[in-house]
Amino acid sequence: MADTAMKSIGGILARQGILVAFILFMVGFALWNPRFIDPDNIFGVIRSSAILGVMALGVTFVVIGGNLDLSVGSMLSFSAIVVLDLHENPAFGPALAIPAMFALTLCLGAINGFLIGYLRLNSLIVTLGMLSAIHGLTLTWSGGQNMDIANQSETWFGVFGRGSALGIPIPVLIFIGLAALLGILLAKTPFGRKVYAVGGNGTAATFSGIPRARVVFITYLISAFCVATAGLIQASRTMGAQNTVGQGLELEVLAAVILGGASLLGGSGTIFKTVIGVLILGFIQNGLLLAGLEFYVQFVVTWIIIILAVWLDIATKRGKLWSPIA
Amino acid sequence: MTDQKPALRLEGIVKTFPGVRALDGVSFAVQPGEVHALMGENGAGKSTLMKVLGGIYQPEEGRIFIDERETVMRGPLEAKANGVMFIHQELSLAEEISVAENIYLGELPRKSFGRVDWATLYARTDAILQKLKVSFNARTRVGDLSIANQQMVEIARALTVDAKAVIFDEPTASLTDAEKSVLFDVIADLRAQGVGIIYISHRMEEIFKITDRISVLRDGAYRGTLETAKTDEDEITRMMIGRSLDLTRTHAPVDLGPVALRVEGLSCGDLFQDASFEVREGEVLGFYGLVGAGRTEIAETLFGLRKPTAGRIFLKGEEVTITSPIDAIQKGISLVPESRKEQGLVLGMNCRDNMTLPQVGDLTAGPFVSDGAEISIYDQYRDRLQIKSPSWRTTVGNLSGGNQQKIVIGKWLSMRPEVLIVDEPTRGIDVGSKSEIHNLLRELAKQGYAVIVISSEMPEVLHVSDRIVAMYHGRVMREFTAEEVTEDSLIQAISGIEGSAA
Repeated sequence: MADTAMKSIGGILARQGILVAFILFMVGFALWNPRFIDPDNIFGVIRSSAILGVMALGVTFVVIGGNLDLSVGSMLSFSAIVVLDLHENPAFGPALAIPAMFALTLCLGAINGFLIGYLRLNSLIVTLGMLSAIHGLTLTWSGGQNMDIANQSETWFGVFGRGSALGIPIPVLIFIGLAALLGILLAKTPFGRKVYAVGGNGTAATFSGIPRARVVFITYLISAFCVATAGLIQASRTMGAQNTVGQGLELEVLAAVILGGASLLGGSGTIFKTVIGVLILGFIQNGLLLAGLEFYVQFVVTWIIIILAVWLDIATKRGKLWSPIA
Repeated sequence: MTDQKPALRLEGIVKTFPGVRALDGVSFAVQPGEVHALMGENGAGKSTLMKVLGGIYQPEEGRIFIDERETVMRGPLEAKANGVMFIHQELSLAEEISVAENIYLGELPRKSFGRVDWATLYARTDAILQKLKVSFNARTRVGDLSIANQQMVEIARALTVDAKAVIFDEPTASLTDAEKSVLFDVIADLRAQGVGIIYISHRMEEIFKITDRISVLRDGAYRGTLETAKTDEDEITRMMIGRSLDLTRTHAPVDLGPVALRVEGLSCGDLFQDASFEVREGEVLGFYGLVGAGRTEIAETLFGLRKPTAGRIFLKGEEVTITSPIDAIQKGISLVPESRKEQGLVLGMNCRDNMTLPQVGDLTAGPFVSDGAEISIYDQYRDRLQIKSPSWRTTVGNLSGGNQQKIVIGKWLSMRPEVLIVDEPTRGIDVGSKSEIHNLLRELAKQGYAVIVISSEMPEVLHVSDRIVAMYHGRVMREFTAEEVTEDSLIQAISGIEGSAA
């Protein structure tokens, strides 16, 4: 009996586990420290999650398509440094710096997409290599220097990170807007369906006349586009950036995506779930800070979350928490 | 026989999955020295029952007795320790290591300091292999063996323990006739040694050749046990599906339309050479040959998955080149591929989305996929093909093999092709769905489709085809009309005995 009870709980957790865990966590923390659900705090968390969130939207496409993108962290550093540098370049200025940065970042995504989609190389290796290569590229570009906007009061560049409309911070609006757009792209369009098919069973997709390589290629372009957007927010918010601003973000992004329930095996996940995953991660980190733990603890916590989420994913597929055979 | 105590006895086994009662109080017994067939359609519960027996699933109710001693199987190792061995349909061998290491995996004989005692290992293995009369030895790398020989390794593994019961799950699926007869000798030996054997197969002729009794499952329930000598195919089939079937060739010649597809001298490297044939509207052209004869490769070339190295393809009299599956689909060629699960379906997707996958880009309202258009296509082909699925939202992986195959066929029919190629239309499908699919293929021809059926099953090819192309080693050996073909001449052609090419 205990076994069946465990199973039905397991079944509910498998389907709605993320929401259940989220609610339990919020209620628990709110009881313990009412400041946690203070509107200011909640808004603060959402705002600080926006950059991670925007990146996670793109990676969701990549992961549903059956691949990984570990290069997003160093790609974020690249885009932030590049946009700041071009902003300071009199030949560009903000109006040209932004599209130029987007174009360059998309090129990086295209390299990933070409190698993984068309040449069918392993995405883990390609994007891990790109993580390192882009880092080198960023340092070469910046000469190892941090980038700053010298005359901050004379540019409208700060609007993406610091502005607000209708009382809502612009980064949050960008996150919500992009989530809605990409959510519809994934759930409602033929392209979205093809991403699921390619990630669920690439061979069957090919046999159904779906251009697998092109679909994978585009998922990496989407990922790069999201990174460029996140890089813009990041650069705009701080009006300056270090070469390492995105370091380690790839894992947090992946944690949010997996936490949202996208399977690392590809073929499942949704944008809405990823948004929930992003918020959970944000609130957990916020809760830990409110609990008085060191900021650095969150790196360990991120790892624990990844492991738990991956374990749950696999266990759901196997039908039990531990199994000697698949 | 019945006064002996059973080698293996199951009593009231119940196993449920969410929403399904997969096993509903199954009881049956296998005597020592008996070959006991377990039959049933796909989804009848055979695999689940075997997983219960192997300790992979725990039943909610019921008991397992080995030598009349109640035994609880908590895992595969425990099943082995109790003398229950499995020869799986899908092989589970490590390809990179030797036959001997595979057979004794996990219990390699040891010398001091934990070193492997290779001499003993090879000697023991060779002793077992000798019994099986195989052509390889203990040191052969498993990856270098044919599928049939790999199966022999699995069997050898079962012989290393003092087995009380050995379960063969569709063991002949990929064996040649010669290999089959070796397998049957092995089974006879085991039987003579007093081992209880459970033999799972869909192939009637084997069942009648080697089994003593037959137990039938239907819808997760035990339907009874028959003495093989006192029954016939018809009785078994009726027991499995609740009605009888006719698999003989019955269709009348149909009115043929113009030539839909003509192929001249088509070659693709070593895979096949100089293939020429044509298929008319309203006609079923069968391709028969052994695995590796090049039939599937021809289909894949016609579907744009392989580049031909020579030859010409004509669709409705017009020469075409086909560069990709997308191209093939646009030109009116559809392929129901040989492997349903790997090539045909995205198992984690629902029924509707699988069916509409090749045309999802066209089923749009504005930039969005039109739910209504998709559902109407699904409903149409669900009714036409009599697909049994709770809803279009059901995940395809949860359907039975027959219904999965119908989803794939529906997927390609809904593309309204000129030429429909069906590779192994009924592989791994139960008898009932099989005949439905055969009728469907005939029906499609009648409606004017040009249908190409590739099959490794002779009764199937004979049953559905108007003409049959026999292939051997990448070459078209001969073409038969339905009137002139005989089993013997077909076998000769696909064995390369008849030297004259078509």
